[in-house]
Amino acid sequence: MINIYHDKLTVAMSTEWEVTTMIIIKSAYRTVFAAIMLVVSSGFFMGSVSASTPDNVLVVGQIAEPKSLDPATVTAVNDFRILMNIYDGLVRYKDGALEVEPALAESWDISADGKTYTFKLRSGVKFQDGTNVDADAVKFNFDRMLDDKHPFHNTGPFPLSFFFSAIEKVEAVNSSTVRFTLNAPYAPFLSNLAYPTGLIASPAAIKKYGKDFGRNPVGTGAFKFDTWKSNEAVIVSRNEGHWEGKAGTEAVIFRPITDGNTRVAEMLSGGIDMMVEVPPTSLAKFSGNNFAVAEQAGPHVWFLILNAKEGPFANKLVRQAANYAINKKAIVEDVLEGTAAIAAGPTPPAFAWAYNDALEPYPYDPAKAKALLKEAGVSNAKLTFYVTQGGSGMLDPVAMGTAIQADLSAVGFDVEIKTFEWNAFLGEVNPGLEGKADMAEMAWMTNDPDTLPYLALRTAAWPDKGGFNSGYYSNPKVDELLEAARSSTDQAERARLYKEMQTVVQEDAPWVFVANWKQNAVTSSKVQNFSLQPSFLLLLKDVQKK
Amino acid sequence: MTRYLILRILAAVPVLLGITLVVFVILSLIPGDPAMAILGSYSTPENVAQLNQQLGLDRPLFQRYFIWLGNILQGDFGRSFALNRPVIDEIIERFHATLILSGTAFLICSLLGIMAGVISATRQYSWADKFITFSVLIGISVPSFFLGMMMILYFAVQLRWFPASGMYALYGGGGLSDLLSHLVMPALALAAVATGVIARLSRAAMLEVLRLDFIRTARAKGAPERRVILRHALRHAIVSILPVLGLQAGFVLSGAVYIEIVFQWPGVGRMLVDAILARDIILVQGGVLFVASCYVIFNIIVDAAQLWLDPRVKS
Repeated sequence: MINIYHDKLTVAMSTEWEVTTMIIIKSAYRTVFAAIMLVVSSGFFMGSVSASTPDNVLVVGQIAEPKSLDPATVTAVNDFRILMNIYDGLVRYKDGALEVEPALAESWDISADGKTYTFKLRSGVKFQDGTNVDADAVKFNFDRMLDDKHPFHNTGPFPLSFFFSAIEKVEAVNSSTVRFTLNAPYAPFLSNLAYPTGLIASPAAIKKYGKDFGRNPVGTGAFKFDTWKSNEAVIVSRNEGHWEGKAGTEAVIFRPITDGNTRVAEMLSGGIDMMVEVPPTSLAKFSGNNFAVAEQAGPHVWFLILNAKEGPFANKLVRQAANYAINKKAIVEDVLEGTAAIAAGPTPPAFAWAYNDALEPYPYDPAKAKALLKEAGVSNAKLTFYVTQGGSGMLDPVAMGTAIQADLSAVGFDVEIKTFEWNAFLGEVNPGLEGKADMAEMAWMTNDPDTLPYLALRTAAWPDKGGFNSGYYSNPKVDELLEAARSSTDQAERARLYKEMQTVVQEDAPWVFVANWKQNAVTSSKVQNFSLQPSFLLLLKDVQKK
Repeated sequence: MTRYLILRILAAVPVLLGITLVVFVILSLIPGDPAMAILGSYSTPENVAQLNQQLGLDRPLFQRYFIWLGNILQGDFGRSFALNRPVIDEIIERFHATLILSGTAFLICSLLGIMAGVISATRQYSWADKFITFSVLIGISVPSFFLGMMMILYFAVQLRWFPASGMYALYGGGGLSDLLSHLVMPALALAAVATGVIARLSRAAMLEVLRLDFIRTARAKGAPERRVILRHALRHAIVSILPVLGLQAGFVLSGAVYIEIVFQWPGVGRMLVDAILARDIILVQGGVLFVASCYVIFNIIVDAAQLWLDPRVKS
């Protein structure tokens, strides 16, 4: 190959001077070209090998490097996707639903006052390091998070420990019975246990590795941890002794591929078997027979917080007008390319048992919006609109913000957008919009229908009281319904209360309800038995690869 | 010369300290903090304050800087907030990847750049010169990350010659040929701009030298053309090319950030970007200190090489 190249060049030479020059640099040329050709040809032969993943090993393209594999210390969905396959919790979400079912606990009792939960543990379950899953191990996990005098509390910090702040004490009644006493009835307790923060880790391993447990995780899950190569991969292999039977693949390799385009390229070239969070504009590339696209609406809601304390949005009619003025269909179909559905109210439909089906989204009706504004006596209202450049669950916030600005301008608002980087944005929005802005983008993903309205819609959740009600919405009826739903242990009763709350909140329009995100994933045709969960957690135990 | 080198190394210490101080202050001034990045939507002022206290971030800025500095002097680089592991472990794991990538790119851009410059200069206004000048212009103008993405699309997705990303195949890989097949595209993409810069400069330097009297003398006394170009002209021109090589070494190191993201190369550049987004100040400081040290060392080596090559300075 190299010689042919030289011959061609030599023929092209015309003068003696040029030939001489060529000879001069020939040696240097030879070295470099030899090196390049060697590499190119090695690429040729490697190509067919490296482009396909091995049988029975599932390679998953993740969106980022995990922070840690210690379930008590992490907050990102990206980390949860790995954790759910290494650990089990006391309870878990049913397949395809957001209702809990037994996992490490085979049954439980809730006291009549809703303050005592007694769990009976499944017998004979062992951690991957061979130690027993007993009541003491469960107690250890929660004490580590919640008790700052616990000898292993220093393995934190535990940023989501407030999920369990209702726990007053955890007792090991006997080796297979564990009792949680709460300081007040707290209905979301079971869903919080099913959340990754409630996964049970091996106390022996925590004692052994201390602060480094997050890089040496030991749980009871269908896969056990093998290796973590920084920024290359986390590799887990089948846990042969899993209490529920063996996983469908021998191993799973989680590869962090931060750049969405690179992730798509890896999927197209066969370097990974599955990718999550496909950029909407790339979905069309996977329409052929070689790939399958999975979609699942999740417990996510994208909304605009309206400042109900001051300015035009203090008037309910103006807030409703904003809901009518914004073309949500255009946003989900054109901006988000169909990767989201139109939101009707504050609760995402993924919480099927608590969702009010009777709720219809505010229709796109600019004429109605104009009429409402006229009725409210508002014209040419100036609005300051906080937009973020991107952030967890925010989808495509700049494009969405611009579309919203245009829709609002069309009915007579004068909207000024202020854009912030995500951390700065949270720093501006979470302390409250008073004196700064009339509206702000926001998105939440939660694990219980209680979480978002309780933290962001109650009067007692205004920012100065430590909540997320940045728009200062206040309706005593909503406060009452949410408190009642939280204390009830009867799911049917809770459902009734949440549905009523949704009706009231939709009418009051403290937010513009915009979209519910549909999570997506692409798998190669070799991958079978895979489905996405409404919890947005990635469960790979039953997935097979042919 | 030894004395000069020692002085240069000593002079690098305040430079490095200055860099860490500037990075520390900038990172503290930009909005958001590690607690906020960790908590995301859950970041109420209360939760943030509590987490910051647990992370030891409630102390005044300069106190934190001097605590960090004191620890560094004792060889303790601290613990990353976001990754919850010692910074030095993370950096060492990542740094060799960056060195392999940047080193290869540097080698490619030096060799190709100087070679292209020499060919261009010795055959000024020929088709080869025009071709090289044109390619160089493209090389300089196309952003490296875009070039990288195009290479992935063509060579990995379409032709399937090379793997699209990563450093080693995760199964059955690990050997030298595996590394090379992963290295080709990122190294070439990273080298492109620097190659262009070096080629341009080499061409100019060579053109200037080739017009000088001693070249004419060398030819007149009958020295073979090979000797005239390599021993007389290039040896002379290289003295003015070398400082640019030093600068390009820095460019290649910093450019690795984009390339590491596009090609998912597990190096320090990607680590720094992630760390900045997570406001992981300790990890950023450690990474920047390493990269800056490399840059300084590269430049000292280049200066030393210049001393060695230029007989006028040697005395």
